[in-house]
Amino acid sequence: METALECIGARKVFYVKKEARPKTKPSAEWGASPGEGGANGSGGDAALPGAIAGRPAKAGAGEHGSADIPSNGGAGGRANGSANGPPNGRFRGRSAFSRAMATLFPRSVPVQAVSGVTFNVRRGEIFGILGPNGSGKSTLIRLISTLLLPDEGEIRVFGHDVVRERFAVRRLINRVSVEAAFFKKLSAMENLSYAARLYDVDIREARKTAISILKRLGLGESKVYEPLEDLSRGMQQKVAVARALLTSPVLLLLDEPTTGLDPVSKREVQDYVLEVREGHDTTVILTTHDMQEADRLCDRVAVIDQGRFVALDTPAHLKADLARDGEAATLEDVFFALTGKALKESHPGEGD
Amino acid sequence: MIELAREVRRSYALVERNFNLIKRYIGWEIVFLVYTVVNTLTIAFIGVNPATGGGGDRVLYLVVGALLWGFLSVLFHEVAESVQWERWEGTIEYSFMAPMKRLSYLGGVCLFAATYGAVRTVVVMLAVVSLFKLDLGNANLGAALVVLLLSSLSFIGVGLMAAVLPLLSPEKGSQAAHILEAAILLVSGVYYDVSVLPGWLQPLSRLSPATYTLRAARAALLRNASLRDIGGDLVLLLAIGVVLIPLGLRVFNWGELHAMRTGKLKRSG
Repeated sequence: METALECIGARKVFYVKKEARPKTKPSAEWGASPGEGGANGSGGDAALPGAIAGRPAKAGAGEHGSADIPSNGGAGGRANGSANGPPNGRFRGRSAFSRAMATLFPRSVPVQAVSGVTFNVRRGEIFGILGPNGSGKSTLIRLISTLLLPDEGEIRVFGHDVVRERFAVRRLINRVSVEAAFFKKLSAMENLSYAARLYDVDIREARKTAISILKRLGLGESKVYEPLEDLSRGMQQKVAVARALLTSPVLLLLDEPTTGLDPVSKREVQDYVLEVREGHDTTVILTTHDMQEADRLCDRVAVIDQGRFVALDTPAHLKADLARDGEAATLEDVFFALTGKALKESHPGEGD
Repeated sequence: MIELAREVRRSYALVERNFNLIKRYIGWEIVFLVYTVVNTLTIAFIGVNPATGGGGDRVLYLVVGALLWGFLSVLFHEVAESVQWERWEGTIEYSFMAPMKRLSYLGGVCLFAATYGAVRTVVVMLAVVSLFKLDLGNANLGAALVVLLLSSLSFIGVGLMAAVLPLLSPEKGSQAAHILEAAILLVSGVYYDVSVLPGWLQPLSRLSPATYTLRAARAALLRNASLRDIGGDLVLLLAIGVVLIPLGLRVFNWGELHAMRTGKLKRSG
């Protein structure tokens, strides 16, 4: 079967400014909440594992850990060496001047957002990527979307390299991000018209198609002409899905597309994704926190933690691997089993 | 040829989108336009004020400065702020992920900026003409139009250079663009001749395309200068545009790659 996506040893490192913290900040607070990782203040930032979030980084299975190695282990090296104490530790014993300088000119520290990820996606497959917040899901999607340049490794979409053949890749893909990114003052139709023109889709056809997709997703025509800021988040997300599908992508990147949707809307979007895959020969890469969604939609899922794939298989196999003594496991059980260690590590003394 | 037509259509996406945004922000548009009209009238009144030695061509001198600066600053702003605006809305990733050449993207931004700036300037000019008897009997309007055209090219070039700043530093880049605009306003002789500037500032005025724009436009409108008379300034404006536009595009591409390397395209998530 044709390969839609090849990702070979993709790695992305970000340099984030280390924030200055008050000297007296209690050390109990320095650990980020599970998987939050928002060290640069943006909250829920893509893939900030490691010491920045106050979470000890795992060495994992080497720098280029293969996706086929469902291992969370490895001798625990600590990223950047700063996880040995609270971030404010670096200010202790320093003069007011040096503290001020450190605040004004914070050090940048490297953070492995995606760490040597390797996997393939077959044409027509729905491939799920599961992981806690800040585990690298969105960064991986951005690398595939040509919005980020990988530091190492190769990513090919239908044979086109995402770095050297960006333009060719962009013709084949579209993406729905977790935040419905629109000009919120404009109506859904105005935003969709903009998208159609950018992708050189016939504008009359695009308008008809947009209305039909939105109707299919449960959004009435009257809403199409209202400013998006007047629509609920769920409705905006449906418009985002319609926008992506309007351009008939052969590879659809869905980055938590149903986050914030009510159960009915969620089901409508999920049904439509299945319909698109069947009817339009579209390959889908889906990131989600919703294990039921992943179980229902995905042919295979990868679990990513701290930038590394720690498991990759069909949902059925992943569950079967965990099931013991005749007791069935859910995908949620699999998720916690594979990422739970990290959660414990980020909260020493909590919830053992 | 087909690909060119496609890119033109893609450029039009930016023009249509921005005019749609104007419709949605119409209240603010009216407020800004009224403010600009009033500001220009205030400057024109300084020209007629006897206490400041007003009269003669002073009104036209000041009005030309105000109108040209109004046009050029809109052009600069729209181009320089295009990236920042999209970052703020959170749409930059979507726009930059589209299969569209960056030249077409920026071409659309510039086309909108020039059209929008021209419409605003005409409205302000009509308001000024309705209140002041401007003597245009000695004006070479054709030459002034050529000046405007060539200065647009050079300001688009400056705008492109500034547009890259938010890609390098999302917050500080926009601040730097405003400082650059303020510096151009100060040294270009918008409301006064550059000879009144302190000696150390005068060399800077020679770096600004607005200096040549204003000098040539005033010569055409106040002294009926021909294209030949202002040929030197026109050549300079053309040269600035010819150098800065490709350079601006190159710098923009470099800035985009930098943003893609460092993850600065995203707003959140």
